[in-house]
Amino acid sequence: MTATTEINNIISEENLVYKKTDVLLDNEMHYCPGCTHGVIHKVIAEVIEEMDIQDKTIGVSPVGCSVLAYNYIDIDWQQAAHGRAPALATATSRLMPDKYVFTYQGDGDLASIGCGEIIHACNRGENIVVVFVNNAIYGMTGGQMAPTTLENQVTATSPYGRDCTSTGYPMKMSEMVSLLPGTRFVTRQSAETAGAVRKLKKAIRKGFENTREKKGLSFIEIVGTCSSGWKLSPTQSNEWMKENMFPYYPLGTLKDE
Amino acid sequence: MGDVRLMKGNEVIAEAAIRCGCDGYFGYPITPQSEIMETLMIRKPAEETGMVVLQAESEVAAINMVYGGASCGKKVMTSSSSPGISLKAEGITYLAGAELPALIVNIVRGGPGLGTIQPAQSDYFQAVKGGGHGDYKLIVLAPASVQEMNDFVDLGFELSFKYLNPAMILSDGVIGQMMEKVELSDYKPRWTDEEIEKISGSWATNGKKAGSERNISTSLDLDSAKQEVFNHKLQAKYRAMEENDVRFEKIACDDAEYLFVAYGSSARICQKSIELAREKGIKVGLLRPITLFPYPTKQIQEMLGQVKGILSVEMSAGQMVEDVRLAVEGKVPVEHFGRYGGIIPTPEEVVEALEEKILGK
Repeated sequence: MTATTEINNIISEENLVYKKTDVLLDNEMHYCPGCTHGVIHKVIAEVIEEMDIQDKTIGVSPVGCSVLAYNYIDIDWQQAAHGRAPALATATSRLMPDKYVFTYQGDGDLASIGCGEIIHACNRGENIVVVFVNNAIYGMTGGQMAPTTLENQVTATSPYGRDCTSTGYPMKMSEMVSLLPGTRFVTRQSAETAGAVRKLKKAIRKGFENTREKKGLSFIEIVGTCSSGWKLSPTQSNEWMKENMFPYYPLGTLKDE
Repeated sequence: MGDVRLMKGNEVIAEAAIRCGCDGYFGYPITPQSEIMETLMIRKPAEETGMVVLQAESEVAAINMVYGGASCGKKVMTSSSSPGISLKAEGITYLAGAELPALIVNIVRGGPGLGTIQPAQSDYFQAVKGGGHGDYKLIVLAPASVQEMNDFVDLGFELSFKYLNPAMILSDGVIGQMMEKVELSDYKPRWTDEEIEKISGSWATNGKKAGSERNISTSLDLDSAKQEVFNHKLQAKYRAMEENDVRFEKIACDDAEYLFVAYGSSARICQKSIELAREKGIKVGLLRPITLFPYPTKQIQEMLGQVKGILSVEMSAGQMVEDVRLAVEGKVPVEHFGRYGGIIPTPEEVVEALEEKILGK
């Protein structure tokens, strides 16, 4: 038996242990190699499939690298102005209370220009899921400083390293929103290992289950990498994230009510 | 006669919204229009029709809630006054770019900046020429009475769904704050999910139906060639509005030798000025644009064989007068008269301006 026939024998229905979800579209992704967005998209799509809510889920994409998220997950989408996704999601959820509404936002979108919208959506306890991808940099515009950029981190607009005395300090959004009574579930996850991805999936599933039970707002922060912005290889990026991001943005659940 | 009442213009906007089957109102307080949201909060339409009313954290959030709600195929609206409309400009251009229907009410106050809380008509350019970025147009309705405040809520929604384009009611503090007799519209039920599917199923983002294409509400296309094609489509839509939906009123125009062109509260003042002028033997009429976009350009042109001069009367430093001049193309003298910064002109002042600026030539 040749190696090829052997493989062909293995690829059969009864041996199937993993399959790409149909909710994830086959469009070629525009994300850079090593970027965390692709994994997060996959996890969201899997949860939507497993909960059988494809026809009831509306995603709101931001401005930033994930502006085109609607090209990859096969559901209805709204593409928001920069930072405004929680406002769109607020109205969508209130006008269609039986739907599952989530925003997908990066750190510039959520923590900088959209800081007002996210704080107030959290404070009102909107029945939505917020997926917040924190890679400490603006990706799409070419690697500028974000509110979550670490102290001394070099970016295109902090070329000598972020000086916190003049540019402010890295914002811990999960900690901030966990203080608001409107949030029910606040967690910080990552996606750099198989184990981390499994945990992330559990968290996202819990978020959508909270929506189903009309519990209010679930805030899921994911500490991710930006190889292009950080100017590191994907492997180096993961190492840099673990060494520098995790100590400042500790993983774990801050609030679960 | 239906339900006749004595009401403030702002209160009528709220009442008309509930009665026309509006699904959601999202607003932020600002003088002189706060009665709109206050009336809605008192009326509690959620208990009556299921309409959602929410006080947003900012004008920016309010218009983006409108964007979200409009994306679902729902009848949604917001209201504000001049400085607040500037903040909403971002959301308005996104609505136009995503081809979404929505109603925006501007109860104009004097500017620029924080300006004053008194009435003005100095947001004409902002409403008619843009305000936000990009080549887009709003359908702009200019009520001149409390009755029209009632009527134009339903009309605004009707036109915005007809063209899939945001519509604006451009009013001012006079019409918003004054009380007049109004015949309220009859109640229309809110659209059911089935009706929304029929009306907006091809674009509304209310959940991907099994076996059908999903919908995406967006104004983004990174391919310039496609973006230009899309802009052509928008421009064709605006030309169709000009062709089919110009609204105007003519008063005392049959024998007019001179013409006032004025909208909203200025048109009301001009009606009195016509009486005063005619007592002096000056045969003047009024052409009142009801839609500021599409503008009654042809209707002004049709008056040119008859009138010797036109006075554009507006509570601004001269904005609409530019559109009158574009229509007239220099064939007769066109002048502007206006008080601004929150000052309302008297009918006598308007007659004096007519005599001085037009008859005096």
